[in-house]
Amino acid sequence: MNQKTMPHTHITAKRGLFDLHPGEFWEYRDLIFLFVKKDLSIVYKQTILGPLWLVLNPLMTTLVYTVVFGRIAKLSTDGIPQILFYMAGNAMWSFFSESLIGTAGTFRTNAHLFGKVYFPRLTKPVATVITSAISFLIQMVLFSFFYIYYAAKGMVSTEPWRLLLLPVILILMGGMALGCGIIVSSLTAKYRDLAVAVGFGVRLWMYATPVVYPLSTATEGIMRTLLLINPVTQLMEAFRYCILGTGEMIPAGCVWSAVFTALVLLLGIVVFNMTEKDFMDTI
Amino acid sequence: MEMDVPYAIKISGVKKKYRLGQIGGGSLVAEVQSRWARLRGREDPNQRVGAKNLTRGDVMALDGIDLEIGQGETIGIIGANGAGKSTLLKIISRVTSPTEGEVDIYGKVASMLEVGTGFHGELTGRENVYLNGAILGMDRAEVTSKMNDIIDFSEIGEYIDTPVKRYSSGMYVKLAFSVAAHLDAQIMIMDEVLAVGDAAFRRKCIDKMRALEQQEGRTILCVSHNMETIRRLCDRCVVLSHGRLVFDGDTSDAIAEYMGISGVFSRHCEYPEEMHRPQPNRRLVIERADFGESFAGQCEEGGTIDFSVTMRGYEHNPGDYDVRLRADMVNSFGNISGMMFSDVVYTLRPGETVTLDVGMDCEHLTPGVYQVSLYAYTLSDTGDMTMLDMIDNAFVIEIISGGFPERWYKNWDGRLRLHKLSVKAVQHLVKGTI
Repeated sequence: MNQKTMPHTHITAKRGLFDLHPGEFWEYRDLIFLFVKKDLSIVYKQTILGPLWLVLNPLMTTLVYTVVFGRIAKLSTDGIPQILFYMAGNAMWSFFSESLIGTAGTFRTNAHLFGKVYFPRLTKPVATVITSAISFLIQMVLFSFFYIYYAAKGMVSTEPWRLLLLPVILILMGGMALGCGIIVSSLTAKYRDLAVAVGFGVRLWMYATPVVYPLSTATEGIMRTLLLINPVTQLMEAFRYCILGTGEMIPAGCVWSAVFTALVLLLGIVVFNMTEKDFMDTI
Repeated sequence: MEMDVPYAIKISGVKKKYRLGQIGGGSLVAEVQSRWARLRGREDPNQRVGAKNLTRGDVMALDGIDLEIGQGETIGIIGANGAGKSTLLKIISRVTSPTEGEVDIYGKVASMLEVGTGFHGELTGRENVYLNGAILGMDRAEVTSKMNDIIDFSEIGEYIDTPVKRYSSGMYVKLAFSVAAHLDAQIMIMDEVLAVGDAAFRRKCIDKMRALEQQEGRTILCVSHNMETIRRLCDRCVVLSHGRLVFDGDTSDAIAEYMGISGVFSRHCEYPEEMHRPQPNRRLVIERADFGESFAGQCEEGGTIDFSVTMRGYEHNPGDYDVRLRADMVNSFGNISGMMFSDVVYTLRPGETVTLDVGMDCEHLTPGVYQVSLYAYTLSDTGDMTMLDMIDNAFVIEIISGGFPERWYKNWDGRLRLHKLSVKAVQHLVKGTI
């Protein structure tokens, strides 16, 4: 016989601002894992090249960036080989934008699932971010091959200890994308028009972030201030600082990015919690 | 399972309000416009002209539900569409929240508002079992330990490693139900999920649920439109109507209440012209049905019920009809046990009123209460029925047992007692010793 103590659930009409149940979330860690596994595996079922797309996709993008921004527009890369510069920028930005766009659709794309069974709703967007992080890491493996090639030729170098920063950057980047994404997803549960805005909003955001160009292109003036207000800027630069050895580390920028992430995540969770209780009635 | 909590689920004053029509402005711009206008005390630009003084239409899907369900109880919830059954289950399952009231639950809840929630066509049966199990609250180790049982129960066999999009719909629901049936939760909530698969599998599902309830003391909440399922599974049953709880008690009584079969027998039944009829374009009116003074609504198995039916042909009838009668016997499960047809009764002429003496031979009907619907119809050359008048639930009769030594178990023996098996001869192949 079952000797476990009976869990008690209390359901009311009232909603708390932070109705989070971390314990419950932890109980569902297997679900997060399975969501990630599912997301990763179904994309490549019944395809010719299968998981090769994970590599092919960034490779093609890098080539196009190299031609358009490197050869034609002749944008600076801080002396870094263009292939490496664009591959790194694209990988990091893809992680951010995939996480953001993916989580922004949480309520709409899972309406059916959420309407039929209860589980901590936050597991779904968290799984989305982890999925993007895994595809980012795969791209990093590809990147490392190119890096070794260029490093052997003495064209790029970084200090190994800087790699310790990478997890921090990833967590901040993922947290920010998650926070923004779940705010949007909560709003789109009620207002559909925001869903349209997210797609091109994120595309515009990329050009407002030093992705295909370094922060050093803007040394002073309003442009630089605007770039630094963008909380993603410092994270992109820190990422390049950590794997390419260039990029600027501005202490104020780092603090701003961390604070912004914490705020947007907090706000996101509150809004998400308020929405999840009865979004089924409005969606 | 002895627990020191007195109940599994306690629902107190739960209300759920839904708004009719569109919610909000539909777009953010419209909503901001409306809010801004209201803030300045102006008229809402998005409001419909003329709708100003009307309050928004609200509907109470649940209008104050109080219900306590004990540990290990199996309780059915029945009611018409829109009565609030599913809404109540959704609130208990935490898919949506109540507008008012509280629910307290002791025990882990596994809700099956649908079978196969989260199944993905591209994943194999096995992968889906893991995913679905996790969605329903099982961890990997638990699913792994139960995998063989799940596969066995589902009768899927070797197809378990094939993507479920290649499954037949029957296989799909069988697998999905199996996952749910093996959940390790103290409270199981089911919305119409027992209606899956073929008859044999359905029976297996109900037996499984019964076993869970009896052996492990699970608490089961079950919504179904299938009265047979409810009757087989549940000891207690509540009836919901327009968001209110109108009956709570024994399953048979609840079903009778819901089906309207609890109606009292009346010796003289009148069907006035303005009474609701399912088919409006009728050619005649069945006006009344009358029973003899000695008849009290009960008839022994195999007996005959005599009554008279009075009907009047309309003046404007286009022609003559050969009128026939039909009686549908609706049993307490809410199903039609069978029908009785007459030969041509008479030829209807406009304006004519007739009284017919009818004998209803109840030979095959098994003990129980029946709701009788009475129809007058005519047949076309091709055998199609044209209804002349239809009286649903014309009267209620009860068949009482008698004349047969075997006791009739409705759940297992069917609804009708067919003719006796006739044994023509006995041949002794090996003679007994004595």
